[in-house]
Amino acid sequence: MTSLREETTSSRILVTCGAGGIGKTTAAAALGVALSQSSERRVLVLTIDPARRLADALGLDGIGNDVTPVKEVTGPGKLDVAMLDTRASWDSLIHRHAPDDETAQRILSNSLYQNITGRFIQSHDYIAMERLYELVQLQQYDLIVLDTPPSRNALDFLDAPNRMADFFSSRLLRWLTAPARGGIRGLAAKPFTQITDRILGAQFLSDITEFFVLLESMYAGFIERAREVEALLVDPSTGFLVISTLDEAPLHEAEFFIDELEKRKLRVYGWLLNRVLPASLSSPSLLLAMDELERSSLDDVATDLDVPLTHLSTVTKSLVTNARAWSNVAVRERQQISQLHSSVPLVAVPSLDGEISDLEGLFALGQRILDEPFVLEFGDVQRSESA
Amino acid sequence: MARPSLRERRLLFVTGKGGVGKTTIAAGLAQALANEGTSVLLCAIDNRSDIGEAFGLSQLHFEPQSVSDNLSLMVMDTESALRDYLRINMKIPVVTKIGPIANAFDFVATAAPGVREILTIGKLCYDVRENLYDVVVVDAPATGHIIGYLAAPQAINALVRVGLIRNQTDWMLEILSNPEKTGVVIVTTPEEMPVVETLQLLKKLEDETTVQAAAVVVNRTLSDLVVPRDEPVLAGLSAKRPDAFTSSALDGLFEAARLSGAKNTVAHEHLATLRQGLDDDLSVIAQPYLFDCADASSIVQAVATSLGEEIQ
Repeated sequence: MTSLREETTSSRILVTCGAGGIGKTTAAAALGVALSQSSERRVLVLTIDPARRLADALGLDGIGNDVTPVKEVTGPGKLDVAMLDTRASWDSLIHRHAPDDETAQRILSNSLYQNITGRFIQSHDYIAMERLYELVQLQQYDLIVLDTPPSRNALDFLDAPNRMADFFSSRLLRWLTAPARGGIRGLAAKPFTQITDRILGAQFLSDITEFFVLLESMYAGFIERAREVEALLVDPSTGFLVISTLDEAPLHEAEFFIDELEKRKLRVYGWLLNRVLPASLSSPSLLLAMDELERSSLDDVATDLDVPLTHLSTVTKSLVTNARAWSNVAVRERQQISQLHSSVPLVAVPSLDGEISDLEGLFALGQRILDEPFVLEFGDVQRSESA
Repeated sequence: MARPSLRERRLLFVTGKGGVGKTTIAAGLAQALANEGTSVLLCAIDNRSDIGEAFGLSQLHFEPQSVSDNLSLMVMDTESALRDYLRINMKIPVVTKIGPIANAFDFVATAAPGVREILTIGKLCYDVRENLYDVVVVDAPATGHIIGYLAAPQAINALVRVGLIRNQTDWMLEILSNPEKTGVVIVTTPEEMPVVETLQLLKKLEDETTVQAAAVVVNRTLSDLVVPRDEPVLAGLSAKRPDAFTSSALDGLFEAARLSGAKNTVAHEHLATLRQGLDDDLSVIAQPYLFDCADASSIVQAVATSLGEEIQ
């Protein structure tokens, strides 16, 4: 039986993906900490919007757009973290791709650009891929762990480079910018221009046109970059770790995601089921004991422990009420997982007792994710947990 | 002026960080209001929202579908909204081939911020203005995306100086800015990031929009589950366990107690942060963790019952 650690020994890029709110960012950081402290690899974690607690746990004042070394990680490897700042990344992208400084300045000061940064055709997703590429080019890291954006469609970021390329080569864009390039839009355009003028006003249309004419000067750069990013994603040293909890929506999202990744012939390392309740909460002996306890008398135990019976009853009752509540969920979870049909290896990680607040906590979680044996059915997971 | 209560408002946007149960709360809230005899439209903004399942609908459409006497469901679709808009405002007959216009418009909407959003907001405000329903409950985009919708009229005003759309923003703003009509319900859980995003959103609502927060719903609270921390008794139980307890059964009992204890400790800290950051008159509604509900329909009914009591 293999594990995530074995599967990723020669990986260069590890992408964590899944729905929002399932512990994706924490898992990415945990993997970064564990890998940099258990191997000699130089690791970079590129994250999106880390919690304050996570920055604290890494011993950082905050995580910014710039690459920051995590000093508390003392080796044998090395860990850096960086956050994705969409706005700053877009600005630098414009500077890089613009034919000259003047064009760059005109784009940056365009009122549409100001509004568009942060929203422009899944700009988060595009920028994540762009930044990834840039960091790979630095050749300073053995492994980059990429925490993906909280996208409304989890696949947007995969398509972003292509969509961007399509967008720039679309006939609509050529048509829209035709007058500004000295061409004409032709008679067929009349109904559209009339309606758009009435709805949006002619000035708005010309603002848009100007903006895209400026952007067009960067067209070649965007297309080329999109191709390079695509090559990066399909490279065999790139792989995905799909993460979900057992809540319905994230679970569906994960299934869908795995399916799509496989269709695209991208490598999926595995499916991490996060925050699964411990097996002890669904054990048959617990269920029997709770029923039994509610029926049986505690007189002897109270005497033994030298506490009033009423007090003992209160304590045991609350213990049972509490355990019954959780075991209901745990039993449901077991049923749910046993019905999972996964084409990729599964790893289940239990709910943590609290929130991770230090490097040790991150390290422990990361090690657990890396070393938990991969299984294909949950029957196996149960065995490995009880072992 | 006192903040109007949740039930006085006519347009409710339910939002929250991904994973906190926003859709469930939106559905439960709509059901709770419908249970009281209010006619409710529940609108999902995201096409992939599985909100329909809880009401036995496999597919949602732009045309509202009635699921009970007082409750209808729809999903937003900007192309249909545009079609409606053109028909109502520009007297373009339904039969006109709208495809090419919609395609071109789609392109502009993709590129220009606020265009797609204004169509969505416009459709919702229109339903409120025309009194088609007593209340419109929106399963809105998550905290990271909702400002783009609520501030769409301002974004359009900033970008578009003339044109029909510009003339339309005034009446929308009137509805959105009126706390007796519109409000935002922020769903959170007693965890770090959801609370952080809730407080960030509240600030953004104030700074960037004219829409008022109506309530904060704290989902998955465990307050009912408190195991007395009587260590001697617990240790005693462990040592001299009653016949009913095998050691693995005891493990389970203690594991569950530890779980609730740890979750409550974490929750306590984050709830304190939340309350500290909230205006005193903003109501905080606790929605207990539902341990016993397995399917979407029973979850929504349970949420409706408990929310129904809370918003009395």
